[in-house]
Amino acid sequence: MAYRMGIDVGGTNTDAVIVDENLKLVAEVKTPTTLDVSSGIYTALRSVLEEAAIPPKEIKYAMLGTTHATNAIVERKRLCRVAVIRLGKPATQSIEPTTGWPEDLKEAIGGNYYLVSGGHEFDGREISPFNEDEIREIAKELKGKVESIAIISVFSPITAEHEQRAGEILKSEMGEIPITYSHEIGSIGLLERENATILNAALINIAQNTAQGFVNALNKEGVTEAKVYICQNDGTLMAVDYAVHYPILTIACGPTNSIRGASFLSRVENGIVLDVGGTTSDVGVITQSFPRESSLAVEIGGVRTNFRMPDLVSIGLGGGTIIRKDGQEIKVGPDSVGYRLTEEALVFGGKTVTTTDIAVRLGLADIGDKEKVNNIPLEFAQCAQEKIMSMVEEAIDKMKVSKDPLPLILVGGGGIIINGTLSGVSEVLRPENFGVANALGAAIAQVSGEVDKIYSLTDMTRDQALDDARKLAKENAVRAGANPDTVTIVQQEDVPLAYLPGNATRIRVKAAGSLKK
Amino acid sequence: MSYIDAQMVEDIAIGAAFLGTGGGGDPYVGKLMALQAIEKHGPVKLLDVEEIPDDAQIVPAAMMGAPTVLVEKVPSGEEVFRAFNILKDYLGTEIYATIPIEAGGVNSMIPIAVAATQGLPLVNADGMGRAFPELQMVTYHLYGVSATPMVIADEKGNTMLLKTVNNFWTENLARNATVVMGGSVMIAIYPMTGKDIKKAGIRNIVTYSAEIGKAIRLARQNDQNPVAALIRVTGGYPLFKGKIGDVMRRTTGGFVRGQAHIEGIDDHRGSKMELHFQNENLIAKRDDQIIATVPDLICTVDAETAIPITTEGLRYGQRVVVVGIPCNEKWRTHKGIETVGPHYFGYDLDYIPVEKRIKDGC
Repeated sequence: MAYRMGIDVGGTNTDAVIVDENLKLVAEVKTPTTLDVSSGIYTALRSVLEEAAIPPKEIKYAMLGTTHATNAIVERKRLCRVAVIRLGKPATQSIEPTTGWPEDLKEAIGGNYYLVSGGHEFDGREISPFNEDEIREIAKELKGKVESIAIISVFSPITAEHEQRAGEILKSEMGEIPITYSHEIGSIGLLERENATILNAALINIAQNTAQGFVNALNKEGVTEAKVYICQNDGTLMAVDYAVHYPILTIACGPTNSIRGASFLSRVENGIVLDVGGTTSDVGVITQSFPRESSLAVEIGGVRTNFRMPDLVSIGLGGGTIIRKDGQEIKVGPDSVGYRLTEEALVFGGKTVTTTDIAVRLGLADIGDKEKVNNIPLEFAQCAQEKIMSMVEEAIDKMKVSKDPLPLILVGGGGIIINGTLSGVSEVLRPENFGVANALGAAIAQVSGEVDKIYSLTDMTRDQALDDARKLAKENAVRAGANPDTVTIVQQEDVPLAYLPGNATRIRVKAAGSLKK
Repeated sequence: MSYIDAQMVEDIAIGAAFLGTGGGGDPYVGKLMALQAIEKHGPVKLLDVEEIPDDAQIVPAAMMGAPTVLVEKVPSGEEVFRAFNILKDYLGTEIYATIPIEAGGVNSMIPIAVAATQGLPLVNADGMGRAFPELQMVTYHLYGVSATPMVIADEKGNTMLLKTVNNFWTENLARNATVVMGGSVMIAIYPMTGKDIKKAGIRNIVTYSAEIGKAIRLARQNDQNPVAALIRVTGGYPLFKGKIGDVMRRTTGGFVRGQAHIEGIDDHRGSKMELHFQNENLIAKRDDQIIATVPDLICTVDAETAIPITTEGLRYGQRVVVVGIPCNEKWRTHKGIETVGPHYFGYDLDYIPVEKRIKDGC
C-alpha cells in the first residue's frame, strides 16, 4: 500500500492525517501548536504514525503546510542579511528598494541595495544595456557581507535575461550563494514583486532548516521511502528540494488547505464552504476545487506584496456566540464565550445562553445536559434560530455570484448550530472528519504551473495568445511534477493594458494536476 | 496657503483613486514617489487659486501611458526636470507653480512629487475634478488653453517638444510617442497663466481629495462604516450595492472597453446593475434603466472598506458599492458635454444630470 501523510500547522492546533492510495482516511490526530512550531510537527508526526499502525516505509508521500516563514517575518527573527540588486537604471530611481517597509524589518535584512543598468520595456526591448562590470564590482563588494541575494529586473516576467546574466556573474565571483530571481517569485508590478523577492531571499536559511528538520524527523520515525512536499498558498505543492528555494510561496497556506480539504471530503467542486468556529465563521467559495482568490493587495509583516489569498467573509457567529434579549429584540452576538464554552454555556452548567444552547433546546443537537435548557422559552429559541440562519444566509449571499443554488459544505466545531434550509443553498453537506480538513487539504494537494505574460495582439488573435499561455502553464505544471494526463487549467484571466495603443494584453493562466505516481 | 505632508499624501491617494471613477491607474506608485520626494525635500506648499498672480506661469505635470507599465517600469524621477527645463527655455519665463491635470488616479500624485523635488508650490485645483482618458478632456481645453507647447520625456533622457494645430493632434501625436518611448512617460503640458487657472481650473480639488481619503481612514480607525463616511463627505448618491458577476473587456484603439454585471445584495437584492466603462466608468444602468452617465462620476468601492476599485481591478465575486457624484458645473456646459458627454464615447444617449435621473426614477 502507498500511503500519504499530510500535516498542517494552524494557530491553535497542528493536525496530521494519513490517507491510503484511494485517499481514504486511515488516521487523524490533533496536537497543540508549539511556540517553535517544529516540535509540534514532530509530535503530530509520531502520534499519527502510532494511530495508523502501518509500516512507516509504506508512506510514499509526506506533505507539510507550515507557518515557519510567516512567523519569521512577523517576528523579524532568524532572517538572512540580503543584498538587493535592481536592474532598470535609469528607470525606477524615484522609488528605492524597501520604500514603505517597517524600519525594524529593513534593519533585520541589512539594507544593502544597488540600482544598476539593464531591464526591459513591456515589448521586450532593453531599457539600457546589461553592464557586466557593474555586477562584478558589486560582487567584490558583497563577498562575505551577505548571506543571500535578491535580483530584480524591470519586466523580468516578460524576459528574464538580465536577471539570469547577473546571477551567473555573481555566482562565478562569489561562489555558492543563494540567489532569488524575481521572475520566479511574482508577476508584473515591480515593487510588490521586489518585496516578495527580498522576503524570499531573507527566508532561505529558515526554509533550509525547516525542510531538513522535517526530513530528518521523518527518517527518524522510519518514513524513509516518502517523497516530501511543502504546501504553497494556492493549494498546490512544491517538492522539498525545490521548496527550499521559494519559502515565500508557503506563506498562509492554512486557509487554502482547509477549503481544499472541505472540497475533497464532500466531493464538491463548485460550492460554498462555511467554517463555523467558536467565535466567528468564515464563508469561502470553491470553484473547480480551488478557493476563489481575493483581489485585495496582501500585506505580510507590514510589506505590500501581490500574493493572492482566498476570498473570505467573516461574521461574528460561532458555537459560543452569546444570545440575549435587548428590549423586545433578540440579539445574536457579536461577543462569544469562545473556548470557555464548556464552562459557561447552559448545557454545560454555566449561566450564559449561547447558540449551542439554542440548538439543544430545539432538539437540533445533543450536547451536554438537555435538562438545563428547558427554561428557555420555545418561542425565544425559535426566534434566535431564525436570526442565526439569516446571518448565515446574508454572508452566503455576499459570496455567491450566480443565482443558482450551490451546495454548502459545513465544517468546523461550531457547525451544530446550523440547521434547516438556507436560501441560495441546494443542500447542506456535513462531511465526516471535517475537523482535520486542513491536514487533508495538505495530503491531497496537487502541483501547478503558472504563466503571466504580456502578448501583443497585433500578430495573433486573443484565442491564439490564450492557447499559447495555457500550453506554457501546463508545461510548467508537468515540470513541477504533475502527471500530464491530469493537468487542467484552473484559472485564467486576460486584462488588456489600458491607455496604450497596440492591443497589448496581459494573460495569466494557472494549470494544476495530480502528483506523478 | 497650507502644506502637504506625508499623511495628507496618503489621504489624497485614497481620494484620488475614488475620483478616478475606475480609471487613472492605481495611485500607489505615484504615492511612493511623492512620499520619497517629501521625505527628501520637505512638505509641499499648497496655494489657493486666489493666491496666484495673474501673470504667473503655471505648468501641469502628469504621467501619460499605461498604468500597468508604470507599476513595473517606475520613473527615474529625472524626467520632469528635463521636461520643465525645456519648456522653461522655450517659453522664456520662470515656472511659478505646478498643478495636476486630473484629480483621479496616479496623476494626482505625480505633481506632488514634482513640486517637492523642484521646490515649486502646487496649485489647489485641476482640470477634470476626476479622471478622463484623453489629453483634450480638461476644463483648460474648454476655455481655449492650448495643450502645447508640451514636452514629453522618458527615463532614458529622450525628450520631445510638441507644437500642434489643436489639442486633438496633441493627443494623437503624444499617444504614439508614448508607445515608442516604452509605454509610460512624463509630460509637461497646458502651460497657463494664473489668470487662465482662475477661470478654467476646478478649484480646491486637492484638499477635497484629501478630505475623502481622511473620512475613509478615520471611519476605519474608529470602527465606523467607511462607505457611509464616504457618502457623507462627497454628498454622493449610493446607486447600488452588489457583487461582481461577469466582467467583459476588449481593447479598441488603446482603450479598454468593457462591461461589468453586478448582482444586488442587501437593499438591492433582486436588482442588477450594468456598468459600462472605457478605462473609466461611463454608464450605470440599474435594472435596464440608466441612472448615471459620464461626465458625472460613477465610482466603485469595496463594500466593507470603501477602498476604491479600478476597472482593471474588477473581479468576479467582489462586493462593491457604486456611488454617483455630480460632476463639476464646467462639464455641464454645451462645450463640456460635447467634449466628454456620452456621445463622445460612442453612446447614443443625452446627458441628464445624475441627481435628475435619480429624482425622476423614484
